[in-house]
Amino acid sequence: MAPVLQSSQPWVEKYRPKRVKDVAHQDEVVRVLTNTLETSDCPHMLFYGPPGTGKTTTALAIAHQLFGPELYKSRVLELNASDDRGINVVRTKIKDFAAVAVGSGHRQGGYPCPPYKIIVLDEADSMTEDAQNALRRTMETYSKVTRFFLICNYISRIIEPLASRCAKFRFKPLSEEIMSNRILHICKEESLSLDAEALSTLSSISQGDLRRAITYLQGAARLFGSSISSKDLISVSGVIPQEIVGALFAACRSGNFDMANKEVNNIIAEGYPASQMLYQLFDVVVKADDISDEQKARICKSFGEADKCLVDGADEYLQLLDVTSNTMRALCNMPQEIGYGT
Amino acid sequence: MLWVDKYRPKTLDQVLVHEDIADNLKKLVTEQDCPHLLFYGPPGSGKKTLIMALLRQIFGPGAEKVKVENRTWKIDAGSRTIDLELTTLSSTNHVELTPSDAGFQDRYIVQEIIKEMAKNRPIDSKGKKGYKVLVLNEVDKLSREAQHSLRRTMEKYSSSCRLILCCNSSSRVTEAIRSRCLNVRINAPTEEQITRVLNFIGKKEGLQLPVGFAARIADKSNRCLRRAILSFETCRVQQLPVGIVISSFTSLLY
Repeated sequence: MAPVLQSSQPWVEKYRPKRVKDVAHQDEVVRVLTNTLETSDCPHMLFYGPPGTGKTTTALAIAHQLFGPELYKSRVLELNASDDRGINVVRTKIKDFAAVAVGSGHRQGGYPCPPYKIIVLDEADSMTEDAQNALRRTMETYSKVTRFFLICNYISRIIEPLASRCAKFRFKPLSEEIMSNRILHICKEESLSLDAEALSTLSSISQGDLRRAITYLQGAARLFGSSISSKDLISVSGVIPQEIVGALFAACRSGNFDMANKEVNNIIAEGYPASQMLYQLFDVVVKADDISDEQKARICKSFGEADKCLVDGADEYLQLLDVTSNTMRALCNMPQEIGYGT
Repeated sequence: MLWVDKYRPKTLDQVLVHEDIADNLKKLVTEQDCPHLLFYGPPGSGKKTLIMALLRQIFGPGAEKVKVENRTWKIDAGSRTIDLELTTLSSTNHVELTPSDAGFQDRYIVQEIIKEMAKNRPIDSKGKKGYKVLVLNEVDKLSREAQHSLRRTMEKYSSSCRLILCCNSSSRVTEAIRSRCLNVRINAPTEEQITRVLNFIGKKEGLQLPVGFAARIADKSNRCLRRAILSFETCRVQQLPVGIVISSFTSLLY
């Protein structure tokens, strides 16, 4: 049974770097952490950055390297959004774990084993403000025996008192070059063939998110076998083909409402997600040379409103139609909307 | 039995509308392995049918022997305990549930129930797959918190558990979940495809359809196959003599 499980592991897990120095592209973090490994001392840390840049990987890797497999269980507490993290948990579970003292730092089996424990709070931006407040004093009181690693996407959602207690590290989106290296490495390990065009498509559709790139790659490899073209990748990724975006935009330009309505109907029936359509349409609008700045501003404003509505759960068809008609109005210089209140 | 259920394709080979997707899905599961999947598409496009057919492809006919269970879960949330009642459909290898039924408490469903299920490894290993499949319906109706809880659960238990998510619009599913799944877009069937299916059903039922009848229903169905088949059956139930002027009963189609 074991080999079956081995092969069924997602590549994202399989190729997760095990050591800090293998983490790609995040030089400052790696430097500080390698230093930590040597001196076995480290501050509280706060990792933030977009998804798929290696935050969780780094935190887990440093914990593993500091303590080794034997001590890991007793020294590291990993909590993420799938665990309940209300104020109660902070008051009991985290506090209890943080309060326990540990033995002095003796190297064991080649691992530094420094005399403190690590609490990894993954996805810390989804913790409630109350819970974060409860954490403030805990962090300080037990700083002798416990280090906190906070991981989040948006640093603005971490309350200031917590952020100021930590050394902050920003994880940047991966550059195309680094990403290609990593992807090629995986391709070699899995004996896949990927041509240059497919490689650049993969980097552009994943927008610096390595996890997404690897997931797409694995999906495409499963579906289409060992040689993957850029078309296969697009069909796996859920990106809308450029022709369809182009057709909708052309319909907006024509100023013919019925035609635009037909395109929108078609897009919804084909099941393309409206939010994805907004992103791609946005790219088209911003890059277009023959649209004046004012028109662009008007169009983008309607994109923003529609995006908000979609997040709140509005109907996709109506929102897309709204965006389309607003775009049409801006492009064809039709009169502005008359305000309701005036 | 309603025709919608009677003529629902049972295996991936019988699928009439999304042959290409069915082919791809077949390739997916032949490798003894299956990624997390996210099916999205408009209503009546065949998401559920494909999922059931896929489960059958993975686990064999055993996947069809489902039992409906109404379980009460006691969840210990710090100071108080919450009772949650939830209907699940389960076979030996898969469990299907609709977490959004729990309303605003869906977070607990994801955190506790899914975790518990994912921890239970499948029992028999005589040639059977070493993983369980959880089918979650209406993930787009899940609250933000619940979706956040899902992300790490998916990774942690990935060795013993696969998730198949099903929703209408992937806009409302957070990026973090989408990037962990293989996204499968199910488009609504085209009118020609609907016409073909209706004609197929008509032939099986031994009905003589007037020319253009199926196309007319397909046109009115708004590219929703379920609605098309239901209206077709409605027309049949009304026992309209075959060959009557079509325009007189298109009013039924609404």
